[in-house]
Amino acid sequence: MPPSVDPKKPPQTLMQGNVAVAEAAIRVGCRFFGGYPITPSSEVMMRIAQLLRENNGTFIQMEDEIASICAVIGASWSGAKAMTATSGPGFSLMQEGLGYAYFTETPLVLVDVQRAGPATGQATHVAQGDVMQFKYGSHGDYYPIALAPWSVQELYDLTIRSFNLAEKYRVPVFLATDEAIGHARENIEIYEEFEIVDRVREGEGMPFGHDAPDGVPVMPAFGDGASLMVTGSTHNPQGFRKVDDPDVHNNLVTRLMRKTMDHVDDIVETEEYFLDDAEIAFFAFGISARTAVAAVRRLREKGVKAGLLRTRTLWPFPEKQITEVGKQVRALIVPELNKGMMASVARGYSQAPVHQINKTNGYVLEPEELIEYVEEELS
Amino acid sequence: MSRAMEKYLREGLAGTAFCPGCGHGILLGAVLRAVDRIGVKKEDLLFVSGIGCAAWIPSPNIGTDTLHTLHGRAVAFATGAKLANPKLKTIVVSGDGDLTSIGGNHLIHAARRNVDLTVICADNQIYGMTGGQTASTTPVGAKSSTDPGGNIYRPFDLCKLVSAAGARYTARYPVTQPRKLIDAIEKALRQDGFTFVDAVSPCPTQFGRRNQMANLKKLYSTVESLCVTPAEAEAMDEETRLHHFAIGEFVA
Repeated sequence: MPPSVDPKKPPQTLMQGNVAVAEAAIRVGCRFFGGYPITPSSEVMMRIAQLLRENNGTFIQMEDEIASICAVIGASWSGAKAMTATSGPGFSLMQEGLGYAYFTETPLVLVDVQRAGPATGQATHVAQGDVMQFKYGSHGDYYPIALAPWSVQELYDLTIRSFNLAEKYRVPVFLATDEAIGHARENIEIYEEFEIVDRVREGEGMPFGHDAPDGVPVMPAFGDGASLMVTGSTHNPQGFRKVDDPDVHNNLVTRLMRKTMDHVDDIVETEEYFLDDAEIAFFAFGISARTAVAAVRRLREKGVKAGLLRTRTLWPFPEKQITEVGKQVRALIVPELNKGMMASVARGYSQAPVHQINKTNGYVLEPEELIEYVEEELS
Repeated sequence: MSRAMEKYLREGLAGTAFCPGCGHGILLGAVLRAVDRIGVKKEDLLFVSGIGCAAWIPSPNIGTDTLHTLHGRAVAFATGAKLANPKLKTIVVSGDGDLTSIGGNHLIHAARRNVDLTVICADNQIYGMTGGQTASTTPVGAKSSTDPGGNIYRPFDLCKLVSAAGARYTARYPVTQPRKLIDAIEKALRQDGFTFVDAVSPCPTQFGRRNQMANLKKLYSTVESLCVTPAEAEAMDEETRLHHFAIGEFVA
């Protein structure tokens, strides 16, 4: 008997995670990629090199990651939706450029396929060690957006969402994935139609200021006749450098913060699994959330009232959601592939004690490890 | 600045940021005159610069699109901007420390790729804005804030470096020879592909004062007296050659 087919659902396509990023980027309108080879992200670059050829876009392999992020910023100001992909060491090299992109309100998407660090670490092994680098990698006050997919399907979907958020808020958006998801092959559904957001190139107002304290200014491109002054120095709404004016600096830094932080309800996405009557809850993201949902199901079978709060957004941090869950459960457990980065942030919001399960040997957490922790420490 | 070039200046400028006697104002005038000759529409011009005194030559002074970037990275930014919109006439103006020390890798790779950019290096042989430290272009023996006993390392010959990397046109002229400098920039702008002009532009504040050339007349006449033809330079021993400016076109 043939399997039943829902005519409303698109057909399933088997795809590698990193390839899904490239496919989705093209669909949402990415027409520039600048990058440098690095394991375990290189499949993104190799696939999009071909796709950009076929779609009248521009691909360039730059001389290093520093040049890659700079070329992406330049291309974005020329009007292209632009992206790069990298991993730990390359992400570190890109931090200065990312601070520049943030301060100049340049939309771009960076895919970080996390590997085990620090330094060169384990190039081919999974980790979730860049949690803090997404938020604190660049110097100065800095409020970019980081999304965390947990499947190949979500790598596809959140690539689209990354571009949409970047264009909407004029901010760099990080797709915080990892080696396990990037190299996984899974069936995904590719929809014909979805929302595509494009930056506002024409309109009232200055390119680097807004009447609203959380406003996103218009962004003309080079060649539009706007005589743009783009600078990474402190600038007034028009773009003139104003490096000695305390009000100009404070107003700019504050608006850039509010541009994302006043819109957390629009940006932050979480999912709840079995939380209604949960007495203990996991809080997880990415590949570790998949481990956690499996563990929760098995704990339920054993009669333990466990639940999961899964976040698809690392930054801004899901403060409200953690606070709510923290009021309900007697313990919040954060499993992650680092020494406790998300757990340390969660402690600031959870009324319930925050436990942490950490694995840093280059492999994903197994559900048994989570179940064992609950049975030994929390029963 | 002649009134004729004012059409390229940005409205609302507060005045120049350059020290009295800085060569960069002359270079700004030379760049604008060369740009005026090639007749590209203002909205199709993009000036890109890095960090330092020279990066302020286009930003904010020139009233076209300007991209004032990170230290050393102007050429990488310009590469992305140009490739994403090839109709932009993209011109990089930045300093010697910026383009050739911290940014040296981007410079040689853009030349190798033959990206359609013109790079104009405002070469004052010193880090000006940060306080007169030794650059990769500082002559042997010259004093700086980090080499009070005199620099002991050889400087780059920038035209040779960029020519070897594959540039389609390279030339060197000092701001003391403005007509030749304008002609060279014009030629660089008209040539397709990667072109490079090393514009020797003296720094009285950080270089002159430390090297017995606080007097502007002495500084500028010394620069002029050190200019030799490429043939004359090649005939010199290395030590002597490194103290002179080989002036002319190297790849034409």
